[in-house]
Amino acid sequence: MWLDTAFFYFFALLTLGGGIFTVTRKSAVHSAISLIVSLIGVAGLFLLQKAEFLFAVQIVLYVGGIMVLFLFVIMLVNLDEAARVRQFNKQWWVALACVLVVGAEIGLFLNKPLRLPAAALPPTDNLGNVERVADLLFSQYLLPFEIASILLLAAVVGSVVMAKKRV
Amino acid sequence: MHPITTTHYLILSAALLGIGTVGVLTRRNIVIILMSIELILNAVNINLVAFSRHYQHVTGQVFAIFVITVAVAEAAVGLGILIALFRNKETVQADEIELLKW
Repeated sequence: MWLDTAFFYFFALLTLGGGIFTVTRKSAVHSAISLIVSLIGVAGLFLLQKAEFLFAVQIVLYVGGIMVLFLFVIMLVNLDEAARVRQFNKQWWVALACVLVVGAEIGLFLNKPLRLPAAALPPTDNLGNVERVADLLFSQYLLPFEIASILLLAAVVGSVVMAKKRV
Repeated sequence: MHPITTTHYLILSAALLGIGTVGVLTRRNIVIILMSIELILNAVNINLVAFSRHYQHVTGQVFAIFVITVAVAEAAVGLGILIALFRNKETVQADEIELLKW
């Protein structure tokens, strides 16, 4: 039990620390590496909650796919001089104040004992996480699944057209 | 030590959402704004999976998969726009792109 707690705080530290460094670092490459740390922390949290499939997807897709895309673009777009200029815009204090207000509101909300329905008991059949996700995804959520594939196709074609030199 | 409850995950998710929002609203570099959007979407995923475990039902995880799909599409299109923008305007600072500003 205490191991779970220790791992939760460890992954939470990775997630939040990586997030803070992502937002505050000057160099975009440092930001990207901090984002990788943060995403690995989130993947650990998924594993802690017995969402093994999402853990694998998080590692393969985010850390392996999106981050490579980000680093590729950072190398392609010359960011050397972007690291030398002012990093935050002029309205940063307004944004910070708004987020603090919202954060205080959420804190107040979570401070009260949360009236969630009682946690459900774990199911008794010995299906794995991947089987459960696949069962639901290919029965009840089949139409959204197909729509998601069309969305991805549109995104692929759109980004290729966007990044082409001459259309 | 206290056992970890769903509320712990909700607080963590709220904190990550706040960090991401600060990043989107305050940074000038568009690449880092896109990274902050990824942080926000990950905060949502933590929430979804936490409730999925709370109710012992995988619907939350299926929705997290859809969120990840949208995040991937958003990153691909966003970075494509960024490349096109850099080719035309030679800048990645969000507040220097003001063609539509009155």
